[in-house]
Amino acid sequence: MTSADLSAIAPEILISLYAMAALLFGAYTGKDKTAPLLVWVTSGLMVLVGLWIGLSGEGTNTAFHGMFTDDAFSRFGKVTVLFSAAAVMVMSEGYMARRNLLRFEFPILIALATVGMMVMVSAGDLMTLYMGLELQSLALYVVAALRRDSAKSTEAGLKYFVLGALSSGLLLYGASLTYGYAGTTLFSGIVSVASEGDIPLGLLFGLVFMITGLAFKVSAVPFHMWTPDVYEGSPTPVTAFFATAPKVAAIGLFARVMHDAFGQVVPDWSQVIALLSVLSMFLGAIAAIGQRDIKRLMAYSSIAHMGYALMGLAAGTQFGVQAMLVYMAIYVTMNIGTFAFILSMERDGQQVTDIASLNLYSKKSPGRALAMLILLFSLAGVPPLVGFFGKFYVLKAAVEADLTWLAVAGVVASVIGAFYYIRIVYLMYFGEEREGLDAGGSPVLAGFLMASAAAMVLGVINLFGVEAMAAAAAATLVN
Amino acid sequence: METIILFAPLVGALICGFGWKLIGEEAGMWVATGLLFLACLLSWIVFLSFDGEMERIQVLRFIESGSLSTDWAIRLDRLTAIMLIVVTTVSALVHLYSWGYMAHDDNFKHGESYRPRFFAYLSFFTFAMLMLVTSDNLVQMFFGWEGVGVASYLLIGFYFRKPSANAAAIKAFIVNRVGDFGFALGIFGIFFLVDSINFSDIFAAAPDLAHKDIGFLWTRWNAAELCAFLLFVGAMGKSAQLILHTWLPDAMEGPTPVSALIHAATMVTAGVFLVCRMSPLIEFAPHAKSFIVVLGASTAFFAATVGLVQNDIKRVIAYSTCSQLGYMFVAAGVGVYSVAMFHLLTHAFFKAMLFLGAGSVIHAMHHEQDMRNYGALRAKVPYTFWAMMIGTLAITGVGIPLTGWLGFAGFVSKDAIIESSWAGGTAASSYAFWLLVVAALFTSFYSWRLMFLTFYGEARGDKHAHEHAHESPMTMIAPLGVLAIGAVFAGMIWYKPFFGDHAAVEKFFGIPSAHAEATEHAAVHLPMAANAQEAHGGEGDHAAPAEEDHGEEHAAPMAAPGDGAIYMAPDNHVLSEAHHAPVLVKLAPFIAMLIGFGTAWLFYIRDKSLPKRLAEAQRPLYLFLLNKWYFDEVYDVIFVQPAKWIGRKLWRVGDLGTIDGFLNGLAMGVVPFFTRLAGRAQSGYVFTYAFAMVLGVVVLVSWMTIGGGAH
Amino acid sequence: MTAAAFAFYLFALCTLMGGLFTVVSRNPVHSVLWLILAFLSSAGLFVLLGAEFVAMLLIIVYVGAVAVLFLFVVMMLDVDFAELKAEMARYMPLALLIGVVLLMQLGIGIGAWHVSDEAESLRTAATPEGIHNTRALGLLIYDRYFLLFQLAGLILLVAMVGAIVLTLRHRTWIKRQDVLAQMYRDPAKAMELKDVKPGQGL
Repeated sequence: MTSADLSAIAPEILISLYAMAALLFGAYTGKDKTAPLLVWVTSGLMVLVGLWIGLSGEGTNTAFHGMFTDDAFSRFGKVTVLFSAAAVMVMSEGYMARRNLLRFEFPILIALATVGMMVMVSAGDLMTLYMGLELQSLALYVVAALRRDSAKSTEAGLKYFVLGALSSGLLLYGASLTYGYAGTTLFSGIVSVASEGDIPLGLLFGLVFMITGLAFKVSAVPFHMWTPDVYEGSPTPVTAFFATAPKVAAIGLFARVMHDAFGQVVPDWSQVIALLSVLSMFLGAIAAIGQRDIKRLMAYSSIAHMGYALMGLAAGTQFGVQAMLVYMAIYVTMNIGTFAFILSMERDGQQVTDIASLNLYSKKSPGRALAMLILLFSLAGVPPLVGFFGKFYVLKAAVEADLTWLAVAGVVASVIGAFYYIRIVYLMYFGEEREGLDAGGSPVLAGFLMASAAAMVLGVINLFGVEAMAAAAAATLVN
Repeated sequence: METIILFAPLVGALICGFGWKLIGEEAGMWVATGLLFLACLLSWIVFLSFDGEMERIQVLRFIESGSLSTDWAIRLDRLTAIMLIVVTTVSALVHLYSWGYMAHDDNFKHGESYRPRFFAYLSFFTFAMLMLVTSDNLVQMFFGWEGVGVASYLLIGFYFRKPSANAAAIKAFIVNRVGDFGFALGIFGIFFLVDSINFSDIFAAAPDLAHKDIGFLWTRWNAAELCAFLLFVGAMGKSAQLILHTWLPDAMEGPTPVSALIHAATMVTAGVFLVCRMSPLIEFAPHAKSFIVVLGASTAFFAATVGLVQNDIKRVIAYSTCSQLGYMFVAAGVGVYSVAMFHLLTHAFFKAMLFLGAGSVIHAMHHEQDMRNYGALRAKVPYTFWAMMIGTLAITGVGIPLTGWLGFAGFVSKDAIIESSWAGGTAASSYAFWLLVVAALFTSFYSWRLMFLTFYGEARGDKHAHEHAHESPMTMIAPLGVLAIGAVFAGMIWYKPFFGDHAAVEKFFGIPSAHAEATEHAAVHLPMAANAQEAHGGEGDHAAPAEEDHGEEHAAPMAAPGDGAIYMAPDNHVLSEAHHAPVLVKLAPFIAMLIGFGTAWLFYIRDKSLPKRLAEAQRPLYLFLLNKWYFDEVYDVIFVQPAKWIGRKLWRVGDLGTIDGFLNGLAMGVVPFFTRLAGRAQSGYVFTYAFAMVLGVVVLVSWMTIGGGAH
Repeated sequence: MTAAAFAFYLFALCTLMGGLFTVVSRNPVHSVLWLILAFLSSAGLFVLLGAEFVAMLLIIVYVGAVAVLFLFVVMMLDVDFAELKAEMARYMPLALLIGVVLLMQLGIGIGAWHVSDEAESLRTAATPEGIHNTRALGLLIYDRYFLLFQLAGLILLVAMVGAIVLTLRHRTWIKRQDVLAQMYRDPAKAMELKDVKPGQGL
């Protein structure tokens, strides 16, 4: 362990130390009364760390004997994770405070989960991978059940925990099979032995089991079953968190394992991921149609979106990874805006998640309805909004990798999926008169909603430079 | 300056079309009219100060896609300059005229604002037309081409409450689509072959195209021939040539100023302009040229025959337009593009004037258009009468024979065409010569018939209308006066640069080197072989060395295609030979005109029962002509009915069966089925979820076992 | 068959049986006991491998703490496992089929198992020569795997925080005994003496 090692994990150390300090501060001073302060400080710290990583990081550094990698890819993932986590926390503060949910442990758990995610995208070893994954997951299990007096929330936490444990088991089984073949858990070691043409069935099983575990985290079909229930049951801010940062981290980890550890056997995993991708896209699109609850709908929406992101990964090329990263950045931005809207859905001060309550919302607040319209069209992938470009990139990557059938399936699925997004638009603008939502709402949420919608429109110019960063990140991962 | 000319009408259209609610109806119209006059003034300055050197003014980068790279640029050469004055002058005058003509219109309800819309359309049309004529490449031209199509559609259907106007608008649009399809194919073909759509590149590559083959419709074609032909198909549509002419007479449903501007002076001549513009390519396509000649001559003849018996004043002029366009194509087809442009210019003046005059008569007669209800209007509308008289003298070709240039505008340019067609020397041009002479006779007949029926004899039809007939306001008379000047003098002024001699023509059109004033007879030319030979040789000696007596001077180094505004192949001596036509040939159109005039006088002044008797005696022929050779009926049977049948089938089978049945079934039956299935799978039990996961693992593992991975 | 081999097969058999009966036994308490047997046998296997520290850890932590905790939980929760099992029994045939399929495939995979040629050279935690097993483990954990160790610590911290967040309740509406307040209570302030005459009210 040298100072170089420590400087590579300095952001993680900083946030961990902060989390512990905040824990002590909270426990020994005002307890839950300090929570709003902690939320803001934590968010601020995350943004600062994100800026620090984004601006100062350069080159590829490995630390701890290769168990930890700090490169452009990990930095892309970390910055996205940190920013989205900070955004979601700021959004949730008002909501949770009003519902008496704002425990001071909440920002600390989120911060620790974020550390886990940062470790995930930086993992250079199967053990680091597992540690990051568990650190993240454990914190998420807890926050999912944060609303203790709600049976649904508790159930969500428990389901997530039990199934998460199962997926961890599968992942570990895969990891041990891989270790058994390679004799090492380092990605760099695995990639040197798992090469084309010389890959035994046992290692393939290991690969499949690891994919299974990771697919659970990104909620790809058929390992998605927890998603709708957990999204619905968890408190809405937690759902918003689930739908953003962990997804980025999980898919980043996915890409890292596949390319860093199994980069020599792309066709082997590419076909599996392509299958997961096509199943996710179709199930996400088809099952969402039947939903009446917007949080459940967003769960299926995220499943479908993960299918598209996996399509980029399935391409197995550098451009595929780039497309995947661009897609994730866009996806996170859209979801932050959408959840800012969902958080502000209230009737008489009570949270409402029924889609039918959106009837004729445009008459009550035309501005928000318009922003939501833009976001929904973007989620559906309607040109010329940014969401279209995300889809376009992954489709292009798939076509270039000779996965035309996958791209065609993606287009068909997006047509089906457009239905439920546009149905919301229809309800907002042409629905029938019935008990609607309260007009107005928190300016913070409105700000996030508007900013996200504006990004969907303005981003068409150059995607805010995300494309170049993603290209650089993909270049360091795939070579 | 050119940029101002180009954009002034657009600005006018936008301000007038969208801003009139802010600034008021009249102000909007003033803006549009004023800007048009500005453009007109600048155009004349450009035209008169133009020195023949091609100029290129870039407006903006236009398309950058793969190897397709093009600017939006103005190509200013003599052709453009001519078109600029034609378009802006007629358009400005029509704008002014419309103040009077459109002041009150029974087709609109009281208090309804339609005038700003009309002016905006007119200005927009002018912009599109200018974009067409100033274009520097085919795609930009195509944009202008379609722009004028849209404007034409909007203006023909301006009286949107009249079903006939709507039908005519749609007909014009659809028939033009057929031509545009050919045009588009031509553009694709040229881009495919030359890898550029810029005129300069195309012209430079034209000689090579003459040696290339291209596969099209399962056959190998000569590239130059095919492209020229396809482009000409586009021209046929826009310029209402035979086969695709049916929309033009119907287009008279639009307000008369529109007919004058779009369907007489400018838009319909776009096809002629296209052929002249593409002259460097056309020159290498002898068969296409022959086709153009034959089709143009046939159109001239056909339209003239139909014009003989029409009773609607505007339709007569419409067929006359159709016929005159045929003349222009013959000139272009035999290779004297300058003459085609000459006739285009003079025709714009006198035909616009005839239309505006007709409009004035219609205005005076309370929108009565049937000539059988006119008569003796000479005294009622004296100014209009004189204007129409000048127009008729011009179109029928009155002048002093054998001087060549001393006469009304139409005399000079039409005689030039007829002489050129005689000099063309091919079988096609001989055919054209005879048809054109006959058509000139018919032209004279129907033009005088129009005059006699309208202004002479006794008043017929509605007494009330005749009593209230009145001269039109100044805004309508003034344009007539201006156009009259053009109709009288345009021919005499520009005889030399358009047709006078080679040197003048070349100087005028900016063709760099002097073309030999050769005198050998075109009759013995074999243009195809000569062309090929010439293209091989590039420059140098004449391609027809077999001929004995060369002219005064030997051939100087040849102009390369694209150097000037127009290009005439080195072996193209039609222009020179036309001047050496026999006296009889030169006299032929004049004699034809006299016969036509005499017959018309006989029929409509001397013995008014004669037409009726003749019509009864030759009833089938009369009906044949009256029904325009049954083109519409034949098209109805061949195209329209089958198309409607296919449409109905597609609706029944395609829409109701496939889309409503299959796709809706898929969307509303199959997808919801899966939705329900997915909903049922989501049982809420953890063990179900875990089961699904394990199942997934097993499937994947089995796949690996069976497939052994990717291997 | 050497003694070591005999011990291996014994422990292996016990581990498998323990696992199987943990799943199938009707009484949950029996299940936990079977689980303890599985843990113990695994510890035996570790001893056979020469990893006595891990073996002891397994016995102390898993048998001593975790399994006993399980036992308490199972007894206190009073879950009707029979009913749950009945529910699951409906899926049993299918589950068995899938299980068998998976098992067979894993059998194929492991049957054709071979270790990569470079595996030996890639091993990072090879059994050290001449150092005590426990010490070697310590060296590895606190040096090479320091990051992982600390991350594991963070995970435990999260688990602790999580357990507190999910279970600790500040029951503000409950009256608690405040000893000091009781002791410092001044009778003069707390009560007032009234002399009530007989036959009269206040």
